[in-house]
Amino acid sequence: MPESRTLRLTLTRGRIALVPLYIPLTIAAFFFILPFLWMLSGAFKEPSEVTAYPPSFWPGRLDTDNFSTAAAGISIWRYFGNSVFVAVVSTLGTVLCCSLAGFAFAHLRSRARGPLFAVLLSTMMLPPFITLIPSYSIYQELGWLDTYLPLTVPSFLGVGGAFYIFLLRQFFLGVPKELFEAARIDGASRLRQYVQIALPLSKPALMTVALFQFVASWNDFFGPLIFLTDSSKFTLPVGIRFFQSLYATDYGTLMAASCVTIAPVLLLFLLAQRFFVQGIATTGGKG
Amino acid sequence: MTTSLRTSPTAHTSPVTRWRRRFHSESAAFWLFLSPWLLGLVGLTLGPMLFSLYAAFTRWDGVNSPEFIGLANFRVIFTSDPDFWPSFGRTFAYAGARVVLGTVLALALAAMVNTRIPGRTFFRTVFFLPSIVTGVPLFVVWLWMFDPTAGVLNYLLGKVGIDGPDWLASSTWAIPALVLMSLTATGGAMIIFLAGLQGIPTELKEAATVDGAGWWSRFRNVTVPLLSPVILFNVIIGLIGALQVFAEPFIMTGGGPERSTYFFGLYLYNEAFWYSNVGYASALAWVQFLVIVLLTAAVLRFSRRHVHYLGS
Repeated sequence: MPESRTLRLTLTRGRIALVPLYIPLTIAAFFFILPFLWMLSGAFKEPSEVTAYPPSFWPGRLDTDNFSTAAAGISIWRYFGNSVFVAVVSTLGTVLCCSLAGFAFAHLRSRARGPLFAVLLSTMMLPPFITLIPSYSIYQELGWLDTYLPLTVPSFLGVGGAFYIFLLRQFFLGVPKELFEAARIDGASRLRQYVQIALPLSKPALMTVALFQFVASWNDFFGPLIFLTDSSKFTLPVGIRFFQSLYATDYGTLMAASCVTIAPVLLLFLLAQRFFVQGIATTGGKG
Repeated sequence: MTTSLRTSPTAHTSPVTRWRRRFHSESAAFWLFLSPWLLGLVGLTLGPMLFSLYAAFTRWDGVNSPEFIGLANFRVIFTSDPDFWPSFGRTFAYAGARVVLGTVLALALAAMVNTRIPGRTFFRTVFFLPSIVTGVPLFVVWLWMFDPTAGVLNYLLGKVGIDGPDWLASSTWAIPALVLMSLTATGGAMIIFLAGLQGIPTELKEAATVDGAGWWSRFRNVTVPLLSPVILFNVIIGLIGALQVFAEPFIMTGGGPERSTYFFGLYLYNEAFWYSNVGYASALAWVQFLVIVLLTAAVLRFSRRHVHYLGS
């Protein structure tokens, strides 16, 4: 009896002891959120407000001129469409290729499985430059430069997908073997086992992979920077960079374009945060 | 041994059936399922790697055929290239600061939101958000925030009586500015720490509390040792990422002022895609790769004495 009272006392004291934590937490949260607030308020500022000192957090009036300029000067909606196309196609390719490979590594036996799995894990450490220069020459030979092919086709071949394959393999391993055996007795081929058992039971993992790849492709700057030259084909990040290199100080327009660029990812993050959390936590758990 | 003398049953079946049986065998299915990834592995990863290894020993502009020059590229890199060692040093300074500060911050944030404090879900979301919602738009807004006169950072610092530095306009403060910005991207590491913290058995902490340990002592002597494998993981992943930094300096400083942020990634990019010294850039890429491998090995080696695995 006295023991449990001590425990309860400790707990209550623990709760009260937490109150000072709000000070560092609030300071940190402000620092983390400040760029987003600044972007949003900047998108609605007039040119005179952009350069004004002291800077104000609240624009004088909600002026949407910056968005019109972004649409006309940066052709932001064209870039938006380009970005959607590239991100959706590369996401489809990644989910398809990585789930096939993950299924093989989880449920199909072969003598080569162990060694190949080690190769898979070691490719996670490769810096992109080491493969990029020759890949660039390959795409040049194929006539793929200044098209979306170098930004999408590699996804169908699992390039850069080592982490996704690993994640899906872990998930497929969790599917009871008996389900596949029962299906095999009923005469289902491996392909049907993959399509009708493994995939439907792995929706959360597939969702995680799709979200990560969509965001990675959406945020990708380096790929479009080196593979695309025609400015009408740019995706949003290189489009913004292009505009910035011409009108570095037109922050109002840049912020409007930035808001449009981050909106889809922000929305996905807020709607599906738990998938992002699970995906990240899985990587660390194996460390 | 009698069985081996008899003819195998497959000998009686037609070649087509035999082929079909092999095709349907598990091993064949394994190769089929893996074939897209294998094609990418050979064609776009291992093949290019081997080619860039060859290119590292050539003079090549990426258009005409490469000319073999032995170790000349590496000799130039290590002895006479005025950009190599400085860019290397800067990259290490940046990566070291970013990884150390980022890991400490991530651990502190994870420990704070791992309590039962009301509003913890909100804080977790806020801290994780900039790791996912990132990229060029954020670099541009930070560029504006870092403006020495019109920027919001120095305005806020002025409010608390600090005369802010020139940030990206100063060769002393450019790297610290980029490190400061990178700290908002520690949310991924925080999530990994959070998962690790939740895996620590509560009995251990309770036992320490009963023994009269305060929160710092519990954190220092129970949490940190048990979390050391996760710390190691975050440090390695963080280092690999930080050593390859590219988009931030490309967008925000262009390598300046006075080359103070001319990192290895920028240098490599310029050699390959700006000056078309493709052979030389391949040599640089291999140096970068080997540095990353050696550094990871060194961290792992160092950690052997300091990392504790639960149950071993």
